[in-house]
Amino acid sequence: MTHLAPPAGAPRTLYDKLWDAHAIAQGGDGQTLLYIDRHLLHEVSTPQSFAMLREDGLAVHRPATQLAVADHSVPTRHRDQPFADPMAAAQVALLERNCADFGIEYLALAGEGQGIVHVISPDQGFTLPGITLVCGDSHTSTHGAFGALAFGVGASECGIVMATQALWQERARRMRVTFTGALTPGVSAKDMALAFIGTVGAAGATGFAVEFAGDAVRALSMEGRMTLCNMVIEAGSRTGLVAPDDTTFAYLQGRPRAPHGPDWDAAVRYWRSLPSDADAVFDAEVTIAADAIAPQITYGTSPGQVMRVDGIVPDAGAAKALAYMGLEAGAPIDGLPIDHVFIGSCTNGRIEDLRAAAAIARNGQVAPGVRALVVPGSMAVKRQAEAERLDALFLAAGFEWRAPGCSLCVAMNDDRLPAGARCASTSNRNFEGRQGAGARTHLVSPAMAAAAALAGRIVDVRTLA
Amino acid sequence: MTPLVSVAGAAWSLPDADVDTDIIYPARFLLITEKQGLGRYAFHDRRGEGFALAPGQERAAPILIAGPNFGCGSSREHAPWALAGLGIRVIVAESFGEIFHSNCFKNGLLPIVLPADRVAALHDAARDGRSFQVDLRARTLTVEGQAPIAFPVPDERREALLNGWNEIARIRALHAHDIEHYEAGQRAAFPWLWQKEQADG
Repeated sequence: MTHLAPPAGAPRTLYDKLWDAHAIAQGGDGQTLLYIDRHLLHEVSTPQSFAMLREDGLAVHRPATQLAVADHSVPTRHRDQPFADPMAAAQVALLERNCADFGIEYLALAGEGQGIVHVISPDQGFTLPGITLVCGDSHTSTHGAFGALAFGVGASECGIVMATQALWQERARRMRVTFTGALTPGVSAKDMALAFIGTVGAAGATGFAVEFAGDAVRALSMEGRMTLCNMVIEAGSRTGLVAPDDTTFAYLQGRPRAPHGPDWDAAVRYWRSLPSDADAVFDAEVTIAADAIAPQITYGTSPGQVMRVDGIVPDAGAAKALAYMGLEAGAPIDGLPIDHVFIGSCTNGRIEDLRAAAAIARNGQVAPGVRALVVPGSMAVKRQAEAERLDALFLAAGFEWRAPGCSLCVAMNDDRLPAGARCASTSNRNFEGRQGAGARTHLVSPAMAAAAALAGRIVDVRTLA
Repeated sequence: MTPLVSVAGAAWSLPDADVDTDIIYPARFLLITEKQGLGRYAFHDRRGEGFALAPGQERAAPILIAGPNFGCGSSREHAPWALAGLGIRVIVAESFGEIFHSNCFKNGLLPIVLPADRVAALHDAARDGRSFQVDLRARTLTVEGQAPIAFPVPDERREALLNGWNEIARIRALHAHDIEHYEAGQRAAFPWLWQKEQADG
């Protein structure tokens, strides 16, 4: 599966431009040694990477290109106290010590820079168009929303990048997903992401770099574009992309780690050259009518098992998943009782997501028997929400207001659901046990999650006045 | 890295589609910061009800015949570490999660992609307890008494597995000058990517 570069002088896609601009050397079998501009580190995927460096007595090649933060294993409350879980405490302490030993900047847990790795990096302007960026996390595709070539890697590749600033990679095929028209009220970027996964399937984009295009994508904020690119891995792809434009530049200008002064002007001139050439050829084209997308919800244990909230649960080949989920084929999903709600994660933990949830939450109270968590994606998001009094609004409506972290998206911290619990969740994976062994997850948008919290059941957010 | 030249023995059959890395290695065990000894957590929440793959069994098998999209989801390298901890060296499937596929090669595991009908026949052979032979030099997989099946594997990755190469050492030995040359060019053309180093002097 080797996919060669377009011939010299031929029109190129955004993906090919990014690839070609970072090619250091070509391997004998179609692999390219790519230069890596930025590396994000978190506590879970790097202990073994640092161990590789220690074993071979190596230094970090360019510490200035690395940025570390703890997010996966951190508790989201009582952050002024020692961790309840000594293994989580040791893991976070190890990241801090490794960063100190190797000269890497670590954003302290108690500081204003902490948050989910894929939220803080764009927050701070560490993510930029035109760069290559990796992280030991499959949702690194999020950063492609800026027109960066960003992809998840394993712990070994984290170590290779730290030691050499380079990775052997195979060029992907190119897929363009065009969302025509405009979204209708009550439908968001999350629904676009889920509709895309439902269209191509959970492995439908494996081997492809996915560029999102079309009017509905151009109309999205950077937060929405990040949500869209975040979930390409749920369709099998490591790389999502949106071409940088004025929305991108307006978001980045003035952020602390973004270029400034004459560098800013030069950078924007370069970034404007990145979008795919008009007649560039893609290996696959998918078109989705944005105005036909209804609020989406997963019914199974793979993100590809997704449906319209106003539809009936299908039975095609999903018997095992439906048994796990406690659902019957042929039944409506609207009205299904839930007992947990999670609003947060690298998919939907940004300020716009919290605003969308708050706009619903302000109209009622969390239903009796439902536990609803709101977990901002970063300290910056938390502060912004608090400045807008969203915290008070959520608390008054019966939601819990937490400190930033991955929380119930990964359930390797203090936030875990019991077996049999049913959760409307804004996160990205509905895998078996993802939110706790035996727990059942329905992926939805922030507005749908908030609506479920108030109703105590799955409800079509469009039917709320 | 442990070299892989040839592997012989029995095979597990796990035909489910979309076996994700959360199933292979549940997230709560990600708090462990080592990579040795993780086999005991492999498929932890799938055990029981006759589930085959578990540590400490009489019948160990170095080959896993899996379903499509095996290893999808998270990038956690704990998944291949845990499979290696069970003694698995070769995984055969119609398709793999991309990051998992890449992580296998970094840890002396060989993922083999074959067409669905071939994989279906291998599931039958695994369930029948037939013995398998994988020869990476010849790029063939053979079920006892049957004709060898050729499988594709990129040259560079095959060489790395055969030789147990240390990838960092290899990049440094062969491409340090290329990297230096690239960096000089980037520093001149895109100085904003070097502003932190410039500020730090």
